[in-house]
Amino acid sequence: MTQQQTAGGDVRLTGISKTYGSFTAVHPLDLTVPQGSFFALLGASGCGKTTTLRMIAGLEEATTGTVSLGDRDITDLPPYKRPVNTVFQSYALFPHLDISENIAFGLRRRGIKSVKKQVDDMLELVQLGDFARRKPHQLSGGQQQRVAVARALINHPQVLLLDEPLGALDLKLRRQMQLELKRIQTEVGITFVHVTHDQEEAMTMADTVAVMNGGRVEQLGAPADLYENPRTTFVANFLGTSNLIEGDVVSTGDELTVAAGGGRLTLPRERCSGPTAAGGRLLLGIRPEKISLAHADEADTVAAGRNRVTGRITDSSFIGVSTQYVVESPAGKALQVYEQNVERDTRLVPGAEVVLHWNPAHTFGLDAAQDIDAGATSVEDGE
Amino acid sequence: MSATEAPPAPAEPQEPVLRKPSTRKRLVPYWLLLPGILWLLVFFALPLVYQASTSVQTGSLEQGFEVTWHFQTYVDALREYYPQFIRSLLYAGTATILCLLLGYPLAYLIAFKAGRWRNLVLVLVIAPFFTSFLIRTLAWKTILADGGAVVDLLNTLHVLDVTSWLGWTESGRVLATPMAVVCGLTYNFLPFMILPLYTSLERIDGRLHEAAGDLYATPATTFRKVTFPLSMPGVVSGTLLTFIPASGDYVNAELLGSTDTKMVGSVIQSQFLRVLDYPTAAALSFILMAIVLLAVTVYIRRSGTEDLV
Amino acid sequence: MPVLRWIRRNLVVIAGLLTLAYMILPNIVVMVFSFNKPKGRFNYSWQQFSLEAWKDPCGVADLCGSLSLSLQIAFWATLGATALGTMIAFALVRYRFRARGAINSLIFLPMAMPEVVMAASLLTLFLNMGAQLGFWTVLIAHIMFCLSFVVTAVKARVMSMDPRLEEAARDLYAGPVQTFVRVTLPIAAPGIAAGALLAFALSFDDFIITNFNAGSTVTFPMFVWGSAQRGTPVQINVIGTAMFVIAVLMVLVGQLIASRRKSNARN
Repeated sequence: MTQQQTAGGDVRLTGISKTYGSFTAVHPLDLTVPQGSFFALLGASGCGKTTTLRMIAGLEEATTGTVSLGDRDITDLPPYKRPVNTVFQSYALFPHLDISENIAFGLRRRGIKSVKKQVDDMLELVQLGDFARRKPHQLSGGQQQRVAVARALINHPQVLLLDEPLGALDLKLRRQMQLELKRIQTEVGITFVHVTHDQEEAMTMADTVAVMNGGRVEQLGAPADLYENPRTTFVANFLGTSNLIEGDVVSTGDELTVAAGGGRLTLPRERCSGPTAAGGRLLLGIRPEKISLAHADEADTVAAGRNRVTGRITDSSFIGVSTQYVVESPAGKALQVYEQNVERDTRLVPGAEVVLHWNPAHTFGLDAAQDIDAGATSVEDGE
Repeated sequence: MSATEAPPAPAEPQEPVLRKPSTRKRLVPYWLLLPGILWLLVFFALPLVYQASTSVQTGSLEQGFEVTWHFQTYVDALREYYPQFIRSLLYAGTATILCLLLGYPLAYLIAFKAGRWRNLVLVLVIAPFFTSFLIRTLAWKTILADGGAVVDLLNTLHVLDVTSWLGWTESGRVLATPMAVVCGLTYNFLPFMILPLYTSLERIDGRLHEAAGDLYATPATTFRKVTFPLSMPGVVSGTLLTFIPASGDYVNAELLGSTDTKMVGSVIQSQFLRVLDYPTAAALSFILMAIVLLAVTVYIRRSGTEDLV
Repeated sequence: MPVLRWIRRNLVVIAGLLTLAYMILPNIVVMVFSFNKPKGRFNYSWQQFSLEAWKDPCGVADLCGSLSLSLQIAFWATLGATALGTMIAFALVRYRFRARGAINSLIFLPMAMPEVVMAASLLTLFLNMGAQLGFWTVLIAHIMFCLSFVVTAVKARVMSMDPRLEEAARDLYAGPVQTFVRVTLPIAAPGIAAGALLAFALSFDDFIITNFNAGSTVTFPMFVWGSAQRGTPVQINVIGTAMFVIAVLMVLVGQLIASRRKSNARN
């Protein structure tokens, strides 16, 4: 597959929304997916991500707004007239057709007679050359998934939509298929829009991730940027784990000083999306792996200028590469700390008094006027 | 796909235009339903209305019938033909119970014990269908004939003495007695019992039997507490599929019975086609319908299986 | 007693096989008596072996005419009921609409109604409309009572169908018609076939409703009914046996093809 789709363009959603009766699945939404990018819509089940995808595919009629591809408005086109193809959740392979007929389906519907070469190429791409004459139910989950991808890609769509394509696979296979999909995307250069509830999957695969919640896009950006600079508590909690500490701004400048947890913590002003004036209430966020732990006996060895919080370990679990601690402190009842297992301090056991310290530059600030626990429920039990 | 249409300028955010699903799309289900439902309305529901009206008419074939709200017809019909009604329900009920007792082991056998013979046995259950049921019912005349092997055997074993004493048979013969009619009804409707039973038994996970055994249940307890309750949907639809047609049947009563075993179906048929007393026939058929619908409703409610449709 | 213990252990199997014997016995009798040479008009007791009836199955007046009429009616009734029933089944499973409950009852009621009631009321309608009883009234009646059974059979299949398959087809450039022909229909086919088969069997073998609404037209079951009064020709048994054998052969061949195909797909 060397052919590159040139007549494409960005996918642009303008004010698009979907309501069912009185329920709003997707609030008016503006979104641009750049051509050739790997774009992920991430969110828990019922957040509107699949509905958004189905509106791009044409399987769902938008209540308001428009969908355009490049310069072309495709809002009113039925799915079979859109240069867009979908990899469905649980694949939706046609059970009565064999693998090669499944893959050839789109070509045949467009009246293309000689499909053999293209089908063979496609089978090659997804490494299923020997399975052409099998029926879908004779294939494993991972193989079915690759057929679903091949069946869509053979049409050279301008955009490939993937609806939880890896949801039915076991963990190990899922990791493998993530890399596989990424490889295929790089190879064919088609725009991929990928819907998932698995934040790790979204971050591994996508160039850009849109985090959705309650029918709205909470935040959009590159995975690392979303992780480091969440702008809402939902994003902070949904992507990985965050410790959120409530406090009041006491002094401003390039560095904000915040009274929190019985002490003072500082953070760079540019990393704060909440009110930065003195007296403003903030939630200070810090990722568990950025925190270092010191036993209370060695509190004075902690370098000056670092943010510090004192507390007591209530729980610890050893998980191989790291040890995860839960620390009770005035700053929060259950702060999470991940320590690499380089040199384990044997005194760090439940009950031990400790000092948590971290580089102020790793702190981010959020507006305190939002639910501190938003998005904190487990991600894995999404669907 | 190439963009040949003039590309519209990307819309500026303005008043959002609400799109309603097109009327054509919304009407699709109605178009799909229309012919079939119309057929049922005209040829099933409407006739019932006509019949209701006929049942309260008076008149004669020569002078024509007129609606006179003559409900006395119902009273007269019941007074004259209540034995046939009771007989119908009794015969149909007995046949249903017999079907359940005979059909359950066979359904169980096909579902759990037949192994690789399963398909063959299933074919044998369905195959008799392909010979017209009237021909097969006539065959019972041969099987149960006086002086035939079956009757001789039953006589030798003195079974017929017992059944005669119970009033099921008469003077050492089976043909032209209630027993022959019930035997025919049971025979004719057995497949309607076995197939639903089999379908619901087949759905039961075989591991449940093992689990029950593992939890100290004897085979009998396993059947009583696990298998039978799980097969209830099959039992319910099987009994309905047997009882309903059996209660209105008159073929078995006419071919295998005598004038003393006439069922209400025979009466309706002769009133309608021979006596030409339409109001009485209509009233009888309405009473039968009411009884059956009532019985079915009560039965479905009590067995708690409402998702039969 | 080992014998008693064996019987106890295999009680279910023994009871089941006895039931099976009870169900098969009449067919055996029908088959055996198709080789009978009866004395008198009725073929109820064994006289002597003869192949006469098999050599001349249409040798009785009106027999084969009624058979062909029954086959024709069954064919058209199957076609009509399957088409209408399939449409209803799709509407019921795939769409939301008003009066769903009422429509469900309207479909359930014909199955919960003794045949004689439907037969009598339909005749009332035809008499009131002054319709000419015959082929058409019988066909109308048969489509009516087969319809509900087809709906039930097809509905079960459509319900287990993944609607995403049709979405996938539309996504892959199949328009509404193509989607239906290439995806929906082939996948729903087993359900539709089951419904059609059921309709054919019900229609071909129906007596009560037909008897009320046929007027002077005589279908095969009506011919048998009449002959039970006038005298039963051996040819009835011949035809019954032939149908039985053909049906069993068709099932066996079908099974053979299916298993052959399965083993081919595996290789």
